[in-house]
Amino acid sequence: MTEDDGMSRSSFFAGVKKSVPIMVGYMPLGLAFGVIAREKGLTVMQTALMSLTSFTGSGQFIAVGLLSAGVGIPAILLTNFLVNLRYLLFSASMAPVVRKMPSIVQAVLAFGITDETFAVNMAEFDRKEADRDFMLGVNIFSHLSWTVNSAIGAAVGNLIPDIDRFGVNFALPAMFIALLIWQVKDRNTLWVAVISALISTVLAMFTRNSANIIAATVIAATIGVILCRNKQKSTF
Amino acid sequence: MDNKILFIILSMALVTYLTRVGSLALFRFTGIPVWLNRWLKHVPIAILTALIVPALLLPKGSLDLSLQNPYLPAGIIAAAVAYKTRHIIPTLGLGMLVMLGWRLI
Repeated sequence: MTEDDGMSRSSFFAGVKKSVPIMVGYMPLGLAFGVIAREKGLTVMQTALMSLTSFTGSGQFIAVGLLSAGVGIPAILLTNFLVNLRYLLFSASMAPVVRKMPSIVQAVLAFGITDETFAVNMAEFDRKEADRDFMLGVNIFSHLSWTVNSAIGAAVGNLIPDIDRFGVNFALPAMFIALLIWQVKDRNTLWVAVISALISTVLAMFTRNSANIIAATVIAATIGVILCRNKQKSTF
Repeated sequence: MDNKILFIILSMALVTYLTRVGSLALFRFTGIPVWLNRWLKHVPIAILTALIVPALLLPKGSLDLSLQNPYLPAGIIAAAVAYKTRHIIPTLGLGMLVMLGWRLI
């Protein structure tokens, strides 16, 4: 793909199709955020604007909580930064697959990185070059679902019955499980997965931010490199 | 008051975006060292399990391996369906159904 070719409609819609579980999963989350944001004193417009510009679930939940507790702006921003530190890791691991795309495209794709869009995009382009339009399809429609549902939640959230009851809150876990099952292809990947799961779970018992995800990923990926190196040695 | 909230929303957006674009921007200038590239290849799978396993085992923030935790049966079923069918829709559907059914029991 070169930078001046047109948009591929089929790639874009392939991405949109893959974003369906995310769109479903963001529905209860977005609605819940809207309701809480409204409770904490934000208007519908402010809620929608925050979802549109930040697009970060956990970061936004924490921010509106701190805001209503009267916490100062620097502390809110610092907390937001710490909670979202894992995105630095996400964009780092995305860098190799998008490295041939122009800066502006990378900048746009970066705006749509979340836990879920990252997982779907990286599963699609497992260790090969990524498709710009596919990623745009995933990112834009996920973002749309988050923003629209936040706004609906803020506007009429208390009128909507608790849709968690219908199992909708399992959409994202189910998607993550499927992506995981499909990506474990060899013994090394399995080890990386198991080690990361163990570390992340143990740390999650003690921390309430995303530190467990960062620590688990860094350690497990390092062990993955060592395992691959040993394997190479033993083959020669 | 409105201006203060607007300021917070926009500065939050900026801080969040910096975490998303930071590494991409850095690597744009430095390139990606071979050793780091080798390491980064393991990151997606590690992140995936780091996110999902605690979500299933600690849905309310503390370890819950009891039958009261609907994420466990729903997760096991979802994994089995994903493995068998290789399709997301039945995985999602059955997982959500178990989640729903478990609460009704």
